[in-house]
Amino acid sequence: MIRDALSKGTIYGLLFVGGGLMLLPFFWMLSTSLKTPNEVMLMPPRWFPAHAEWQNYVKAFQMAPFGRYLVNSVIVTVLSTLGELITTLLAAYAFSRLAFWGRDVLFSLLLGTMMVPGEVLLVPNYVTLSKLGWIDRYEALILPWTASVFAIFLLRQHFLSVPKELSYAARVDGAGDFRFLREVMVPITRPALVTIVLLKTIGSWNAFLWPLIVTNSREMRTLPVGLTAFTTEAGTAYELLMAAAAFVILPMIILFLMLQRHIVEGLSRAGIKG
Amino acid sequence: MRVELDAVTMRFGDVAAVDGLSATFESGELIGLLGPSGCGKSTTLFMLAGLYRPTSGEIRFDGTVVNDVPPERRSIGMVFQNYALYPHMTVFDNIAFPLRMQKVPKAERQERVLEMARLVRIEHLLGRKPAQLSGGQQQRVAIARSLVKRPKLLLLDEPLSNLDARLRLEMREEIRRIQRAVGITTVFVTHDQEEAMSLSDRILIMEGGRRQQFAAPQVMYDRPASRFVAFFLGNPPINLLSARYRQDGSVLVFPDGTRLAVDPTPYAGLDDELPVTVGIRPEAATVQAPDEIRSLDDTGHFIGTVAYRETIGRDTLIRVDLAEGVLRLLVPAHETPPLGARVVVIPDRTRLHLFRESDGRALHKDTPDDAQATRRVG
Repeated sequence: MIRDALSKGTIYGLLFVGGGLMLLPFFWMLSTSLKTPNEVMLMPPRWFPAHAEWQNYVKAFQMAPFGRYLVNSVIVTVLSTLGELITTLLAAYAFSRLAFWGRDVLFSLLLGTMMVPGEVLLVPNYVTLSKLGWIDRYEALILPWTASVFAIFLLRQHFLSVPKELSYAARVDGAGDFRFLREVMVPITRPALVTIVLLKTIGSWNAFLWPLIVTNSREMRTLPVGLTAFTTEAGTAYELLMAAAAFVILPMIILFLMLQRHIVEGLSRAGIKG
Repeated sequence: MRVELDAVTMRFGDVAAVDGLSATFESGELIGLLGPSGCGKSTTLFMLAGLYRPTSGEIRFDGTVVNDVPPERRSIGMVFQNYALYPHMTVFDNIAFPLRMQKVPKAERQERVLEMARLVRIEHLLGRKPAQLSGGQQQRVAIARSLVKRPKLLLLDEPLSNLDARLRLEMREEIRRIQRAVGITTVFVTHDQEEAMSLSDRILIMEGGRRQQFAAPQVMYDRPASRFVAFFLGNPPINLLSARYRQDGSVLVFPDGTRLAVDPTPYAGLDDELPVTVGIRPEAATVQAPDEIRSLDDTGHFIGTVAYRETIGRDTLIRVDLAEGVLRLLVPAHETPPLGARVVVIPDRTRLHLFRESDGRALHKDTPDDAQATRRVG
């Protein structure tokens, strides 16, 4: 009993410390966003602002067209997530359920591309897109991100764990491949799909380098790129940057809270069923 | 529906899982595909379903070649070993799925699902998910789903192997009842000879991708076409002893010198000095105390020692050690000799099975094999 209580206490203590450390940057962001410019630079730093400067949020919004950035971010995130979901479903199904010539070699090649670091692809991708005349357009922001080898791999493994007899049964019952994919495979592997969507959405929402490279005009910028507006030759307006950043991460936090149950389910199920 | 297999072969790479299989299943029959694992019985079932395409040979449904007809257009229903119920759908939706694929209107769908649920007696479970059902209930749902399309051929892959012993007996009767009620031609795969014997109208027994024999269960038990069939059917299994046939005096001579007189007339090819395997069913011999043998000549019995006994209800299974070889025999429980007793074993001569030692074929002239089929005749 006592040992139980002790070990429980230790566990919760460690979790509390770990959770606190995780939350610290968020707290610092919120705290900074409510400070005056002078207070931001104060040494030693102050944990809490003397007076909450809610005005910072208004000012931040006036400094850059955040409405436009938001629209861009939403368009890019939604479309690239949707695109990735479709390509992933089709590819994972083909690699796990269809028999075609060269399937396994092709899949190995696909996995091989995961070894290539993303930075190496920046230049060739940019050149390709510029030849297509897509620089500074939504195509450039979305299309290169509508397929993910990792997602295909992840979903394929989940598909493989679904008994083969189910697809046989569906065929005997008169369901074609698309029907079977939609009505049986997708519902069964929903936790994995939620994980994929969530990872993609976060990645896409937070993407910085690529949107920065392929956009020139203000109108095409996404939120993370837009945050650079607070950095000028004269320095960085940290309190405004933090106010804007707090606004940028808000949708992701809401999304996470909404899907939290599915993520935990997906992870725990991955553990049991493999 | 009448189902014909005509020299059907299925190769996976270099391996012939099914090798020149021919057989005809009559309309309304319940056929058991029996054999050890890897004998090609499941492959045969999958070819009937259209999930595998035979490498060569023809499969005909009511005279029409169906080799290239996809599963959904073959009018078949299939039940898989693990039932393959859609885990995210309720029982109702599972049974309705094939109808939904056929675009059957909702009202009719409802009616037909209910009709099937009543047939397999699961009306009260329609709202549940498969995970909330017992094995037997899942099996019933799978059967209902396979029959709801009103197929003409029902295929069952090891239908009872995932159930516990008691439930197996129950579902055995249920499958028989449902099959009778619907009157559908049914083929089921099993490796359990008892299951095949009790359930089938006829058994097609396979080994190494080839047909060993195709006949009614009792016929097959009484007149096995080969040593393999004789050994596969029956529990406890048949006793097999090596011997030579001696024309002089019509006797089988065993290695230990025991001689057994045999009437050669029902056998074909029983040449002098032919090495044979003699099969004696455990129930086809009587066991006596040695002092009773004086009246007998010396060509009708074995002498041995009771080495083991096991009570299995009405009968007792005993093992008699001979000078060379052993016999496992069933004797009435109240006549069981004690352990260690010297006994005389008198086989029933009319129920002896003789097989050619070299290839295991039965030597009896009358070994029915229904489909010495379509093409092999002549």
